[in-house]
Amino acid sequence: MEFAELIKTPRVDGVVLHRPFMPTVEGTLCLTGHHLILSSRQDNTEELWLLHSNIDSIEKRFVGSLGSIIVKCKDLRVIQLDIPGMEECLNIASSIEALSTLDSVSLMYPFFYRPMFEVIEDGWNSFLPEDAFKDLESMTDEWRLSEVNKDFSVCPSYPALVAVPKDVNDDTLRKVATFRHSGRFPILSYYHKKNGMVMMRAGQPLTGTNGRRCKEDEKLINATLRPGKRGYIIDTRTINVAQQAKARGGGFESEANYPQWRRIHKAIERANILQESLIKLVEACNDQSHSMDRWLSKLEASNWQTHVKEILTTACLAAQCIDREGASVLVHGTDGTDSTLQVTSLAQIILDPACRTIRGFQSLVEREWLQAGHPFQQRCAQSAYSNSKPRQEAPVFLLFLDCVWQILRQFPCSFEFSESLLVLLFEHAYASQFGTFLGNSAAERTKLSLPEKTVSLWSWVNRPQELERLTNPLYEANSLVIWPSVAPQSLLLWEGVFLRWNRSSKCLDEAYEEMVHIIEYNKELQNKVNSLRRQLAQELQKER
Amino acid sequence: LSHLRASVGTLYLSATHSIFVEDNPETRKETWVLHSMVNSVEMPSNSPAGSQLILRCKDFRVLQILIPQERDCLDIHASLVRLSRPGVFKYSELYCLSFNPNVNKEEREESWSFIDLMSDYRRMGVPNNLWVMTAANSEYRVCDTYPSELFVPKSAAPTIITGSSRFRSRGRFPVLSYFHQDTLAAVCRCSQPLSGFSGRCQEDEMMLQAVMRSNPGSDFIYVVDTRPKLNAMANRAAGKGYENEDHYTNIKLQFIGIENIHVMRSSQQKIIDVGEMRSPSMTDFLWGLENSGWLKHIKAILDAGVFIARAVADEGISVLVHCSDGWDRTTQACSVASLLLDPYYRTIRGLMVLIEKDWISFGHKFSHRYAHLDGDPKEVSPVMDQFLECVWQLSEQFPCAFEFNERFLLTIHTHVYSCQYGTFLGNSQRERKELRLPERTHSVWSQLWKDRVDFRNPLFKADLSQSQRVLRPNTTPYCFKMWKGLYSHIDKSMPPCQSPADFLSAMREESQQLEEEIAALTGRPIVWEKTEVLKRRTTHLQQRHLGPDPPTSYIQPITGHGQAVALKQANQMALNKEPNLYLPTECHSKLKDHDPDDCSTCSDRESGVADLRSRSSSGGDYAKDPDWE
Repeated sequence: MEFAELIKTPRVDGVVLHRPFMPTVEGTLCLTGHHLILSSRQDNTEELWLLHSNIDSIEKRFVGSLGSIIVKCKDLRVIQLDIPGMEECLNIASSIEALSTLDSVSLMYPFFYRPMFEVIEDGWNSFLPEDAFKDLESMTDEWRLSEVNKDFSVCPSYPALVAVPKDVNDDTLRKVATFRHSGRFPILSYYHKKNGMVMMRAGQPLTGTNGRRCKEDEKLINATLRPGKRGYIIDTRTINVAQQAKARGGGFESEANYPQWRRIHKAIERANILQESLIKLVEACNDQSHSMDRWLSKLEASNWQTHVKEILTTACLAAQCIDREGASVLVHGTDGTDSTLQVTSLAQIILDPACRTIRGFQSLVEREWLQAGHPFQQRCAQSAYSNSKPRQEAPVFLLFLDCVWQILRQFPCSFEFSESLLVLLFEHAYASQFGTFLGNSAAERTKLSLPEKTVSLWSWVNRPQELERLTNPLYEANSLVIWPSVAPQSLLLWEGVFLRWNRSSKCLDEAYEEMVHIIEYNKELQNKVNSLRRQLAQELQKER
Repeated sequence: LSHLRASVGTLYLSATHSIFVEDNPETRKETWVLHSMVNSVEMPSNSPAGSQLILRCKDFRVLQILIPQERDCLDIHASLVRLSRPGVFKYSELYCLSFNPNVNKEEREESWSFIDLMSDYRRMGVPNNLWVMTAANSEYRVCDTYPSELFVPKSAAPTIITGSSRFRSRGRFPVLSYFHQDTLAAVCRCSQPLSGFSGRCQEDEMMLQAVMRSNPGSDFIYVVDTRPKLNAMANRAAGKGYENEDHYTNIKLQFIGIENIHVMRSSQQKIIDVGEMRSPSMTDFLWGLENSGWLKHIKAILDAGVFIARAVADEGISVLVHCSDGWDRTTQACSVASLLLDPYYRTIRGLMVLIEKDWISFGHKFSHRYAHLDGDPKEVSPVMDQFLECVWQLSEQFPCAFEFNERFLLTIHTHVYSCQYGTFLGNSQRERKELRLPERTHSVWSQLWKDRVDFRNPLFKADLSQSQRVLRPNTTPYCFKMWKGLYSHIDKSMPPCQSPADFLSAMREESQQLEEEIAALTGRPIVWEKTEVLKRRTTHLQQRHLGPDPPTSYIQPITGHGQAVALKQANQMALNKEPNLYLPTECHSKLKDHDPDDCSTCSDRESGVADLRSRSSSGGDYAKDPDWE
């Protein structure tokens, strides 16, 4: 298919762009296969480049012969284009609509994008499972890397290599896979170096209504327990939801069959409820005419903050079981690809200082989200403005980023990265020139040959100029476990995402610059003092 | 008590303070509570471990004390009730009259002249050919709640002033609050006119005309009635009300809708309850916040300030502000407007001046509003609390615009209630004179000035406020947050959050020392002693490691299996084991006793940090002294 077929009018002059808190720009609008471009004739004005895939929905309005298109983006920005001429406007609108809803993955921009920067390190090779396993091997010999899923047949959503207990062989794994949702048998998520406890994740056990059991499954997870020790199973669903799952062939681990495990149920909501919550929240944030009462009640009714609190609380619970109770933990919900990953990844941020570094966080996203089979393409197909009926869309990853931001805000000195990295990941998960978030699993990514055909987001991020932008100037390594507060008073609305386009950030930017200035100046003085001292010492030695 | 940390120690009662000293030999942490800061003392039913006392403080801290012997508890209860409640109209029992911070007479007198209002008027350019000082109110003849020195339009003759004052509630006639030199427009204040349904007063009309004429080039003034229109109309039935636009030529009337002191009092009680909720759900919390109406009121006050500031700075139109008596809502609106208009008021000294001018000198009834004496509970209302919160909300939006930090606002808040200094005592300048407060008490301003290092905002950019003189805040509802520093004490049982501000302050201080050292090194005197300085200050910087302390239990909501129960039992066991006295950590004292000898041990902020310092991981790069020695 040629993109040109979809572009009815490639170019219109005299288009006026309105953006909140920025002066309007008049210029020429161009449509290409992947971009909407607006550039003014003046040299010094900024151009607008918008990926079609970033467009969530559009609205048309007409006043006389002047048409306006309101473009609502997946990154929550809303812009308006005034287009002279009814026909041009309609053409542009229908072109945008067609181009922003392309079905085929292989037509996505990452397959056409050629990097304009020098790739220092190929991000596709930066975080390979075998490298992560080497780190584990240096700490313990109780785990092995299994190739049982090398052709993705045992579990289509798992990567080719997974870490499992050493004493459990591949045949056992195959049997366990038939007993777990989508074949997601329990695998290692995190090893807590401090006390050797582990966190595992899986899909729900397929016990069904008649209480099926699987000896191999019991054997597998018991193999991770120390003699005489108990573990915790954290089921991210309420007991009621878990009970209901039995009717559909799912279920949970019974006490009788898993006597060494205690089960705790939490209440993280399912995908469609989260999507609804996001839509309500964004709607509330975008209506500036609200009175205080209306705003607070809309914020409350969206339930977004409740989800943040529930997810964080569950992650803290998992971390507490591991660090304070000295127990191993198995986390699962239904599929093991959404709430499960929120919990396991946040628990690692709490427990493991390495995950709070820029590289460590990338590695966490790679391990616990991309390779763990979070279906990014389905979940991030549409954002908060979509008019179409949600199918698989849900802000699961955005909620995870929100929770990380909450912890970062409470421990502003313990993270090597700043809020910018979180915002960047949010943007790229929904629309990107990079191939990293394409596909729903490692298997799909392999099939699409993404490493060969697209550029990795990590290749872009891990360059000095970009790293500098993402670094938190307040950072100082903190080797401790950090326990965030989950009290409602401590959890704020993530302004950097939800109010980003609704207020001017000038004063906050100034404050940030001032902060950087104070720290830089201090460093400069430190260096100067040190060199002066060294000089003095040398002179003193010479005198002797 | 359940999820708060408790500690064991000894409780001492002195004539002025309750002092709790922890038994823990390492910290011996002390918590000081001034009796006058105690709002109520409750004695709920006995628990098996002993008798309980609950102290609720005026800065919204809550202390729970468990005392093993019931008799002791009864005694302490009786003493505290007496000590925290001075009799009706007995100023003599107030702490400020016995408080003696170890300074001599000259220093005390100096403390009272630290803030000089006349020099502030000179700073804003009055008197001039538009505004002059009037002697009309010397000896408080015209209005006993106004100060004796007032500025009025040059064209306002004494007869106009007295005539106008007779037509205004409590004789509070229109006077100058702030003069904006850039536009020559002014912010003026008064009380409501006694117009009823049809009353008018020629002198008052001339007075408003004079206000307009003092702003050359303008042909009208705004009259801002800060009350909801309905309230203002209701006042007409009582022979009061608002200006009739038909009688006054060239005024534009604007209602803002700030609620009265009774609404505010009950609203604040509700937000205090929100702050005290034990493990609320997000819904409970947000619903409570909405239901309290508190942020709505804060927004209304800020909106009033924004309206006035815009009229003065952008339109160049003078504004006359009033409410009913002109000492609560008017004070809030005028002072917020001044803060937005003039960068000087955003400095440490400037805020003191602003409070001294708009609040203290213009007769805001401190003793009534903040219950310094056992008076009419209907007179009590958090008017000043709201102003301080407006400042805080602004400082969140403009992090570089204020020289002071949140701590400064909280300290002022404490002293508005504490009665430790005479500054906020009494209801008017006249009352303070009669009480001879300057001779018998100390002023808080010079003390705060001495401590100013603690109150500095490291991000303050003085040059910025020159280029950006007028603040234009966004007052969309989502820009307002609950002021955790004042209302949420529950959270302090959690590990204290890392504070970038404290860290940056320490870094600024360090940079200054480094600058000195560089000067010394290049000037090449002896440098050996300097290295020690470096080591010492690293401890400051470690504040940013504030790592974890005990995790709170995240598992409360679980039903069924195990864990929660186990932890609760553990708590219970800890409770039973330690027989003495429990104090949740949330209540570490914000009160700083200003006796310098005691300061070292009881200042809470540092102690919260100190015990973490010992746990924090490493000193970081800053601890690495060059090891050439």
